[in-house]
Amino acid sequence: MTCARTTDLPVLLGARKPKPSSSGGLRLSAWHGFALAAALLLFSAAADAAAGPDVASIPATIWKWTPLLAQGFALNIAISFLAMAIGTVAGVPLGLAQISLLPPIRTSSWFVTQFFRNSPWLVLLFYCMLLLPFQVQIGGTTIPLPGWFKSTIGLSLPVMANVSELVRGAVRSIPYGQWEAAESLAYTRRQTLWLIILPQCVKRITPPWMNLYAILTTSTPLCAVVGVAEAMTLTGNILNAEGRTDLLIPMYLYLLLWFFAYCYPIARATIALEKRFQVR
Amino acid sequence: MATSTPDRPLVEMRDVHKSFGALEVLKGIWLNVVKREVICIIGPSGSGKSTLLRCVNALVPIDSGSIRVEGQEVNDPNLDKLALRRKVGMVFQQYNLFPHRTALENIMMAPIHVLKRDRAEVEEQARALIRKVRLEGKEQSYPGELSGGQQQRIAIARSLAMNPDVMLFDEVTAALDPETVKDVLVTIRQLTEEGMTCMIVTHEMGFAREVADQIYFTDRGILVEHGPPKEFFAHPRDPRTRQFLEQIL
Repeated sequence: MTCARTTDLPVLLGARKPKPSSSGGLRLSAWHGFALAAALLLFSAAADAAAGPDVASIPATIWKWTPLLAQGFALNIAISFLAMAIGTVAGVPLGLAQISLLPPIRTSSWFVTQFFRNSPWLVLLFYCMLLLPFQVQIGGTTIPLPGWFKSTIGLSLPVMANVSELVRGAVRSIPYGQWEAAESLAYTRRQTLWLIILPQCVKRITPPWMNLYAILTTSTPLCAVVGVAEAMTLTGNILNAEGRTDLLIPMYLYLLLWFFAYCYPIARATIALEKRFQVR
Repeated sequence: MATSTPDRPLVEMRDVHKSFGALEVLKGIWLNVVKREVICIIGPSGSGKSTLLRCVNALVPIDSGSIRVEGQEVNDPNLDKLALRRKVGMVFQQYNLFPHRTALENIMMAPIHVLKRDRAEVEEQARALIRKVRLEGKEQSYPGELSGGQQQRIAIARSLAMNPDVMLFDEVTAALDPETVKDVLVTIRQLTEEGMTCMIVTHEMGFAREVADQIYFTDRGILVEHGPPKEFFAHPRDPRTRQFLEQIL
């Protein structure tokens, strides 16, 4: 690192260590949480000072609505869990199809992956809301498809595509010698993949997979746009019910704080895992 | 299936050609290895030594010519590659141990998964092999916890666990620290003394002179000359061999 600063020689510059956080741009830090909390307190105090003594204080109002907000947030978490599960279950086979030896399978899975990976999440969300029916009939029973479920499917599509790319990338990152060694021990391709290559991939995939989950969780408020009663929608409803403009900023800051409290530990765990896996 | 008789070579290569794109790596290789014979293949980098070995167990398909292992044609589109590879063991320059499994598991995996042998019996054999390569106590170590030389000896044991008829060694000491080279060479020499048929690509001339029955010299895709070590090193006939030996000896 020091040599990078003291020289202009490209040879030495090339030796710079890559930044450890390779899997994403901005990472949450504790500082972000403090900033959020501080801003919340500041705005609340300012609004309280501006308002008269006859209106309820901001903290009291926020506290009053907290149970409802928690309910909405629980739906966000449920959507994130389900979308991640569906996306992973669908994404792993799709990623494996991308390394298939059969060109048609390889090409079509590549196309599906690229299509969903490069579509805006909101567009996919709208598509699922509008294209999926509000109920399906299987046999004689009618199964309703509520909005939150349809939007979960909508969010799971980009997750699937991203997981697919993670799997493909991880398989590609395993040294070719591993394949050669397994081949020379008379393993079939399938055995090599399941017993030797994929077990090594799990370790490599876990940190970026957790990162993807954090991104997904922070994207669940998108469902508000299509009318799902999650935390973002409820915050809007609460603000309408209160009809106080001075509540606007504190309330949204409060919501941000919830997401931070949930995603920050995940970010920390991801970094810890990355560090641990780097050593070996 | 034809079994090899004493007069029939275990590995027989006839006019083997192989190109990677426009680059012709093997330009007609003729070579015989009989049972219990040890051959060492030497030659400058890029002369096709590693490719030659990889053709024997069909890791690399050949373009033309014939390779027979125990009478079985390797250059046959209907070849049962898995059956061939059960007979041919291979050890690589980069060891290629499976990093997510312990040393013992590395040795046991293939016999259990590929040969479907009994686990207890395989474990007994694997422990004996670890003793044979003098790494008792390292059974539960992961490859990342072993030195290069130790990893390479586990890799040899892993290959031996399949009970191969012929072993291929592809520059197995080239990536090692000098002080660990000896342990690996001792292990290979022990194998050759036990009568294992070996094809060894190496840069260790002293070792080749010691263990080989035949030395083959490759240059630019052809086998220039071969002979017993004493004769080969004392009286190289071809000027290319002479030049190569002058450079390295």
